[in-house]
Amino acid sequence: MSRDTALVTADWAEQNLDTPGLVFVEVDEDTTAYDGGHIPGAIKIDWKKDLQDPVRRDFVNQEQFSALLSERGISNDDTVILYGGNNNWFAAYAYWYFKLYGHDQVRLLDGGRKKWELDARPYTKDVPVRAKTSYQAAAPDLSIRAFRDEVVQAIGVKNLVDVRSPDEFAGRLLAPAHLPQEQSQRGGHIPTAISVPWSKAANEDGTFKSDDELSKIYGEAGLDGSKDTIAYCRIGERSSHTWFVLKELLGQQNVKNYDGSWTEYGSLIGVPIALGDEPGKA
Amino acid sequence: MTSPNIAAGCAAPDQSAPVPAHVDLNRETVLTGIVQNTDGEAVGGAYVRLLDATGEFTAEVVSSPEGVFRFFAAPGSWTLRALSRSGNGEVVVDATVGVNEVGLSVSPA
Repeated sequence: MSRDTALVTADWAEQNLDTPGLVFVEVDEDTTAYDGGHIPGAIKIDWKKDLQDPVRRDFVNQEQFSALLSERGISNDDTVILYGGNNNWFAAYAYWYFKLYGHDQVRLLDGGRKKWELDARPYTKDVPVRAKTSYQAAAPDLSIRAFRDEVVQAIGVKNLVDVRSPDEFAGRLLAPAHLPQEQSQRGGHIPTAISVPWSKAANEDGTFKSDDELSKIYGEAGLDGSKDTIAYCRIGERSSHTWFVLKELLGQQNVKNYDGSWTEYGSLIGVPIALGDEPGKA
Repeated sequence: MTSPNIAAGCAAPDQSAPVPAHVDLNRETVLTGIVQNTDGEAVGGAYVRLLDATGEFTAEVVSSPEGVFRFFAAPGSWTLRALSRSGNGEVVVDATVGVNEVGLSVSPA
């Protein structure tokens, strides 16, 4: 993968709003943003209601994903352009789902809602009507999803990239600073994880930094290109952003997102935790 | 609408809502205020980011239609920076436990 096949610019998007075969999809946790105005022609996916299983602690399975996309009018041969707020965190998370379920033609809109807003590009409140389809999701590609046992075994062996803020990494905060801090799990990070906040990869306007800048950032942080990599955050969406950078922009092989992330790891009995600003020992 | 269990996700809670009743202001360090332009008018839809004492990005919210933003941080020095169609601006705050009211004005570059 590369920037050309994984990203589109806001300019390109604005010129292709009516191009047949393209579906723009806004993905957010708080879909009131979409309701207040969205990119013309875009449909919405709710990160929680649509993409998380309502009962089990997991995301939607192959059948549920097929049903969702069929109901929203997305076909297997459509090219899906994803964007959202929060610097594209949830759009990147959805991108990872689309890839996981075998949808090859998917792109992220560079800069998401923020760039679109700061550029003063057009919004609409009109909700498009799309005919239902018979979408068929593929079996999940688990080569891009990490589970907890694999993460514990990766300590001191694979690259573990903690993409939360430095204070969350060190254990001084338990959640991003726009959320209340009371949480049940312990603070800290997985031993031997390097700290590379997701935000290092983004410019202030939400667009991704250049490939050269990105390679330098992860290289200087100690990412070993010869090893497999697992990225994590708190609930798996910020780490999707970093997974996207490492796998889709920089083209690294064997990069997984650990979507259980700190809310799972920090609640496990008996696993090692490191505190403070250093990675810590295996 | 603000979900009662906002901690389950990562999206910013509704920025126009009062601080939720379950938030303990004897423990939380809340940074809140209004984004205004040079005419003193509230700026909604501004991207307000919280940077730590080293200038590292910590969090970002979108101001409410009334220009209101809010962060839950920790005592210490923070920089608040706003980006908007009306321009950009920033301010440095020394925060303590409880509610810290912050004025943040933006002006065209």
